[in-house]
Amino acid sequence: MKTYAYFPGCSLEKMARSYHTSALETCRVLGVELRELEDWNCCGATAYFHVDELLAYTLCARNLAMAEQQKLPVVAPCSGCYKNLYFTRDHLNHDADLAEHINEALAEDNLKFRGDSPVHHLIEVFVKDVGLPALKAKVTHPLKGLRVAPYYGCQILRPRKDKEDVEQPRFFEDLVAACGAEPVHYPLRLTCCGGALIITNREAALSLVRNLLQSAVQAKAAVIVTACPLCQVNLECYQKQVNKEFGTEFHVPVMYFTQLVGLAMGIPPKRLGIGSELVAVMPAIKEARETEPSPAGT
Amino acid sequence: MNTASPEPAAAPPIAAPPDNPLSFVEEIRHLLYASKGNPINTCIQCGTCSATCPVASGGFMDNSPRRIIALIRAGFKDQVLKANTFWYCASCYQCTVRCPRNIDIAELMYGLKRYTVWKAAGNKDLIGPTFTETFVKMILRTGRSYEPVLATSYLFTYGLPEMIQEAQTATVLMLKGRLPLLPARIKRLENFKRVIKHIIPLGDKE
Repeated sequence: MKTYAYFPGCSLEKMARSYHTSALETCRVLGVELRELEDWNCCGATAYFHVDELLAYTLCARNLAMAEQQKLPVVAPCSGCYKNLYFTRDHLNHDADLAEHINEALAEDNLKFRGDSPVHHLIEVFVKDVGLPALKAKVTHPLKGLRVAPYYGCQILRPRKDKEDVEQPRFFEDLVAACGAEPVHYPLRLTCCGGALIITNREAALSLVRNLLQSAVQAKAAVIVTACPLCQVNLECYQKQVNKEFGTEFHVPVMYFTQLVGLAMGIPPKRLGIGSELVAVMPAIKEARETEPSPAGT
Repeated sequence: MNTASPEPAAAPPIAAPPDNPLSFVEEIRHLLYASKGNPINTCIQCGTCSATCPVASGGFMDNSPRRIIALIRAGFKDQVLKANTFWYCASCYQCTVRCPRNIDIAELMYGLKRYTVWKAAGNKDLIGPTFTETFVKMILRTGRSYEPVLATSYLFTYGLPEMIQEAQTATVLMLKGRLPLLPARIKRLENFKRVIKHIIPLGDKE
């Protein structure tokens, strides 16, 4: 069994609770243990970096140091947390003076950053560490006929970490296909949802959300699947406000990839936190299941 | 090093420091002190950043990222600091991965935010700086984020229709169990606060 130090992040405590519960449920089936980091603190979202870079690195380093104590790699389900933790480790590993400075502060909490624990996004664990063949082997209820728009968003891909393909990634489509669903291609799959601009520049963010919903709907997606709580909130909870602002009639469910995988593995919807969304997911799933004739001989 | 030189050469007369020891472009280039410098002098003004930016191409920025870089290099400090460009950056890093000169434009935007916060020189009509401040203070108090506190930093800037929409969304989220009633806080909060004090003296009385 693979074990990770699990950094849920503030959103998963409440707003994205269903991401948390579905992550735990699906990981159990996949043989992945998520051991929640004890006493983790907020990664800083984007705000710390606006004020003080040093403070921002320190707060992320505290979480990394706690994972290192347990000798476990870190996994974050939120793309923002993932980016902050990943690049904090990267910078501190390349800058010994900075690491030393921060370690003096961390000593106040009896911690020390060494840089031993690599940082992963949860979707990376599913796609790479577990692997799609192993994941596919657990699929008992393939979501045949369900047209899914995989939404990458930003920070899983960007900034670039190494030499990976940030322009034409495939892994999210492949994950959707492994669940038996049909990934649809739409032009804005890598374009930003507006992130925290939903608070600081509502007009711009609603317009970005509108563009994205339109792009997915034009490609005839029945659901949008995300790997980030902020993307989920922007695309789902602000749909009504987009409709009011632009006179549109969007009604697209937006779910987490863990919920999609969970349904494909036959986990009851309730245990995946399905039911807490503002645009119901299950009607789209049922419609796909009803219209898709069950293939003979399977 | 030879510390015993008996007769040091007479010190040259101290020249008066120039009025502006560091040009604006130099200042900005050195903003990313913890990570790395940023080669904005190599910008070829191709405009890939502005074209790829969903906010700039949506027409929401008063100055595009390309223009901001040109203004910095030409020394238009006031105009840069008053721009909404960096506060309207959503940190999507699309400009950064596409820049043909490897300029980390998104990090430059972070740098400009920090610069205007330090200098208290920014555009006073934007929500970004207040929101940031509220967020950071909240984290430093409890170690965790709590949405209802954040709402106070921006709700009052809204018009009535937006405020009503926000309240409706919040009510539905509350009914679905997606809004926290009480703020969370970490357990070793005292240690956490000492860690922070080690990094930034907060200036409060003990």
